[in-house]
Amino acid sequence: MSGTSQGEGGPLRLRPPHHQVDRRAVAWWRTELLLLWAVPTLVLVVLAVFLPARFWLLLPAAVLTVVLVPVAIGLPLWWYRVHRWEVTAEAVYTRTGAVWQEWRVAPMSRIQTVDTKRGPLEQYFGLATVTVTTASSKGAVQIPGLDHELAADLVQQLTETTHATPGDAT
Amino acid sequence: MTVPDVDWKQLDRRTVIVSSLSAAGVCVAAGVPAGIGFGGGTSPGLAVAIIVPVALVIIAAVAVGDYVRWRKTRYRVLADRVQLNKGIVVRSRRSLSRERIRSVDLTAGPLLRYFGLVNVKIGTGEQTEAGTSSLMLNPVTKEEAERLRTELLDREPVAESPGHRTGLLAQIDLRWIRFAPMSFLTPTLGVAAFGAVLQASEWFGLQQGVISWTIDLMSELHLVVAILVLIAVGMIVGVIGSSALFVEMWWQFRLEREPGGTLRVRRGLLTSRSISLEEKRLRGVELVEPLGNRLVGAARIDAVATGLVQQKDNENSDHKTLLPAAPKDEVDRVAADVLREEVSPTSSVRLAGHPVAARGRRIRWGLASAAAVVMPLLVLGWVLSVQVLLHLAWISAVVLVPVSVVLAIDAYRNLGHGITGDYLVARSGSVRRGTVALQRRGVIGLTARQSIFQRRKGLITLTATTAAGAGAYSVHDVGESEGLAFADTAVPDLFGPFLERR
Repeated sequence: MSGTSQGEGGPLRLRPPHHQVDRRAVAWWRTELLLLWAVPTLVLVVLAVFLPARFWLLLPAAVLTVVLVPVAIGLPLWWYRVHRWEVTAEAVYTRTGAVWQEWRVAPMSRIQTVDTKRGPLEQYFGLATVTVTTASSKGAVQIPGLDHELAADLVQQLTETTHATPGDAT
Repeated sequence: MTVPDVDWKQLDRRTVIVSSLSAAGVCVAAGVPAGIGFGGGTSPGLAVAIIVPVALVIIAAVAVGDYVRWRKTRYRVLADRVQLNKGIVVRSRRSLSRERIRSVDLTAGPLLRYFGLVNVKIGTGEQTEAGTSSLMLNPVTKEEAERLRTELLDREPVAESPGHRTGLLAQIDLRWIRFAPMSFLTPTLGVAAFGAVLQASEWFGLQQGVISWTIDLMSELHLVVAILVLIAVGMIVGVIGSSALFVEMWWQFRLEREPGGTLRVRRGLLTSRSISLEEKRLRGVELVEPLGNRLVGAARIDAVATGLVQQKDNENSDHKTLLPAAPKDEVDRVAADVLREEVSPTSSVRLAGHPVAARGRRIRWGLASAAAVVMPLLVLGWVLSVQVLLHLAWISAVVLVPVSVVLAIDAYRNLGHGITGDYLVARSGSVRRGTVALQRRGVIGLTARQSIFQRRKGLITLTATTAAGAGAYSVHDVGESEGLAFADTAVPDLFGPFLERR
């Protein structure tokens, strides 16, 4: 039982997890979003050079730029402020999201698999995403944007802890 | 435990007859309209001369194919596992560990039943993609299927707590048929029937005839009366159709508890089905009340069990239904019996309501979805200056706005959460109200979700993840502090260490 829910005081809330993700995650997210903007914009601009209907190609390119570039600059900072994680002896605890924030807890005794995933961009920035799954089809907990060596240690640690914790995970 | 048979066995060879006959049925069903359409253009004799040989070739091919499949398929039950070898070109060997077997389901269509055969599906109920975690024996004899079922699901008898029934828990009461038409199925079937008549008449080249015959018949009547007659005919067909479907699905329905701790549902008029569910897998029940059923005081019971929902592609959701729509008293009694409780947690619980802010959210959603229908009509009607669209716009506004507001208020009133004994109970929904009673030890994780709008109103959505059923059950739009305290009481030590007072 936890003592925190007892006693008097202000309203209850979930405290932020202890650790922030790696600072390089901002650059990673920004690059991803900028690629999302650059690829269609580039195609439109290149077509506009060769095709006569210039205006109708440059207009969507301009709209994309006006909408996506500020998002690509601002959103990763917001994500970086929100994304936090923590591993205790009993559980993995994360906070993710921006407009919709999400707090997730997966207890050690229910963890089934621990994986890391590194896309090409993540490899370039030296980052990794750790995914912890439970027996629930909806219960996976993800920690993106960790330093890849830290992620490897974390996976090692989680695997050892979950092996030591009894229970059939359902 | 019975002595395991180590010999390889074959499926029943009459499968060849069954599949040839069903191929013949398909050929007749497709060949007759094709032949008539064909014969209309050329001579009937030529049509027969072409279609009959084609049909015979198809039937022969199916028969040979099924014969080879039958020759190549072998299965055996060993002390520790079940093995199946099959495949004509690509051989596959699959073996299931017996201790992981969680379900043995039997299904038999009318043809199989005539020959005394049954399709068997042995499942482990694991979270892998459909197909890899189950074995199909299509088909074996009824006796062999029953033997396999009892042998494979034979477990140590669980300690019987006194007062809890084994044997028959519920069986069909034909008066329940009155709940069957109270669903969206009725209008859907009505509309489908009109479509089917037009389609069939087109095959026979009679479509124009049918339409003009109907118009002649209706021309005597006023337009409004004619429309009402058409709607009435559609509804009658729909009611008959949905009732017939109910009878087909739930005829001779019996819910039993077997000594080994297995719940078994048996039902079906033409196709008989037997679904077994190990009680160890049961994590709770969900009472589902579609709007039509709720208005007349009926509900159905779905099992919340591990490894049931995964085969979502080809299986219909009624696989998990333990009791079809039935009167509330019966539902509470069966839910209590199924869960081995004195009183069903869904009726013993005192549900706490949610903050008024949740009502505002629901009304705004309702109005937004009404606007999503009305606004495009309005804009299009105005831009293109089409009178009909403007009329449609105000008519749909007059209808949709009150309906969506009423549904929103109803949805708000239905929100609730509570704890009773070992169960966490959450209720939500309006068109489909669901009340889930989830065993607290079945909760394997918690998620809290809050949008910036919810944060402004101090609301939060809590989701308990579980290995069973839909994988996650939510308490929507509960007050933040109250909801977190509830979650911490319901499942201690999950959110507990991470809570703080502001």
